Amino acid sequence: MNKDSNAYSATGEVGSVVENRSTFTRAKIELNKAPLTAKFGIFIITVFVGLAIFAPLIAPYGEAEVFPEPYAPWNANHIFGTDQIGRDIFSRLIFGARNTVGVAFATTILAFLIGGALGLTAAINRSYLDLFLSRTVDVLMAIPQLIFALVLLSIFGSTVVNLVIIIAVLDSTRVFRLTRAVSLNVVVMDYVEVAKLRGENISWVMRKEILPNILPPLIAEFGLRFCFVFLSIAALSFLGVGIQPPTADWGSMVRENASLIQFAQYDLKAAMTPLLPAAAIALLTVAVNFVVDWFLHKTSGIKDEK
Amino acid sequence: MHPVVKTVLERLALGLATLFFVSLIIFSAIEMLPGDFGQAILGQAALPETVAAFRAELGLDKPAYIRYFDWALGAIQGDLGTSFSGRNASGADRSAEVVDKIAPRLWNTLFLASMAAIIAVPLSLILGILTALYRNSFFDRSVNTATLTTISFPEFFVAYILILFFASLNQIFPSLANVDADTAFGERIYRTALPAFTLTLVIVAHMMRMTRAAIINLLASPYIQMAKLSGASQTEIIIKHALPNAWAPIATVIAFNLAYLVVGVVVVEVVFVYPGVGQLMVDAVRTRDIPVVQGCALIFAVTYILLNLLADIIGIVTNPRLLHPK
Repeated sequence: MNKDSNAYSATGEVGSVVENRSTFTRAKIELNKAPLTAKFGIFIITVFVGLAIFAPLIAPYGEAEVFPEPYAPWNANHIFGTDQIGRDIFSRLIFGARNTVGVAFATTILAFLIGGALGLTAAINRSYLDLFLSRTVDVLMAIPQLIFALVLLSIFGSTVVNLVIIIAVLDSTRVFRLTRAVSLNVVVMDYVEVAKLRGENISWVMRKEILPNILPPLIAEFGLRFCFVFLSIAALSFLGVGIQPPTADWGSMVRENASLIQFAQYDLKAAMTPLLPAAAIALLTVAVNFVVDWFLHKTSGIKDEK
Repeated sequence: MHPVVKTVLERLALGLATLFFVSLIIFSAIEMLPGDFGQAILGQAALPETVAAFRAELGLDKPAYIRYFDWALGAIQGDLGTSFSGRNASGADRSAEVVDKIAPRLWNTLFLASMAAIIAVPLSLILGILTALYRNSFFDRSVNTATLTTISFPEFFVAYILILFFASLNQIFPSLANVDADTAFGERIYRTALPAFTLTLVIVAHMMRMTRAAIINLLASPYIQMAKLSGASQTEIIIKHALPNAWAPIATVIAFNLAYLVVGVVVVEVVFVYPGVGQLMVDAVRTRDIPVVQGCALIFAVTYILLNLLADIIGIVTNPRLLHPK
């Protein structure tokens, strides 16, 4: 602003506006204004992503490296002890960040690609294709997701690829509904009509006219869906039909070490072992939820409820 | 025809159609299996005659639509087919009827689910209404943060924390909920206490938040403002003005969460080794015992659809605008 507050000068005002903030600076300012919960969430997510990317460098031992002593107590060599066949729990927790979070992330992206593309198409098309897709989604959503996933896994078998595809397809129904609902409001706008009259093809209209306008709710939904997918995959792995051993995975780690909890009176630390991977799942979900909450507040101002 | 009856009938027809399609999907599960089905179940050593007999018994030599109607008619009459386990290459058949496997467990699952519902429904409705009435107070904010956190917890995390504190460190409740048909009623409640608490904790968070949102939404509507301005008391507003319109959202919230209970019960049953339908289904998925999986999935799906249908109908029947048409 103008240095001399008494004298107004147009050039001075114009001159002061020129300061151009880079995206990075703007992000930093926004971040400083964020509530404590959101900062906490961003911190946790960063740590988890770091663990996932640099897992082999951080983990003291290999993912499936077996040591002679099964169910070793917490000690200097094995911070959180070893599991039922003698694998280092701490290393497996770190590799679990890579496997569990990575699989959930890939699944969510796939779900958004399928659901988003179909939802946009249905919103633009609005003919019997829309009707057909919407009714199909209604029927698919009438079956509880976990139950449906169990049926499909029993048919196709429990491999990681099957798991990703099955959960992604089942979850894309929710994405479809949201994308269709929000883009229906945008499709009727004049500028979309103009683009169509201009002779742009449908994929251009989808990408350049509609998508930028429906992005904020979709990004928030991405966070929520990620949590949901993450919890579903963890539940399936816990049930023994998700990610299969020897791949380190938080859900199956809980299940493998669950019996240790019975010895809480004799060795409380060992009894905590099965709770560690479960706590890791809970922590990441809480973190993502906090960030999504903040993002929703920022982009819409509403959504206080829900 | 009265508009209420008409809407209810429409909703029932839609529900039936959904049921039909869902049963079709669950049935076609068996169709999607790659390779020869009989061979896959009986093993490589099975004689061709055995495989042929097995195929004929399953009706695999008939066209798919006939098999669907056989299966669906059987399911309506309570016959869900025969389990795959207990069969082997020699053709010996020690397999059990799917219905005989499911029936005793269904009662256990319903017992556990209703126990959780009896605690959770009143608790979360009261909490939801209180937080809506005193919103943005300290009480509201702390309850909200607590529920946002528990929503993010996987069911098994909640379950193992409860086990750690109430079964392992302090031996108040048993950590394994093993009940059978002869278990006395009181004993049964004692043994299923921890699984019921787990389910309660998981659904109270959801149900309370949804109730709160629904009530706040309702209290913000213009006619409530109008009633306030006309000088009606708080109790009068809630009982006379808000409640008649609140039944539909509340019924939806309850049904949605009871339906969620149906799914949550699977994980909780496995944690506590509780002999319910969920446990049976997970075991069947691991051994790929398709008829049992189909039977369990059908029961879960039907419960889920019926609960949602019930909520819709309660919503329609209590809707003041439909009850008093112009």
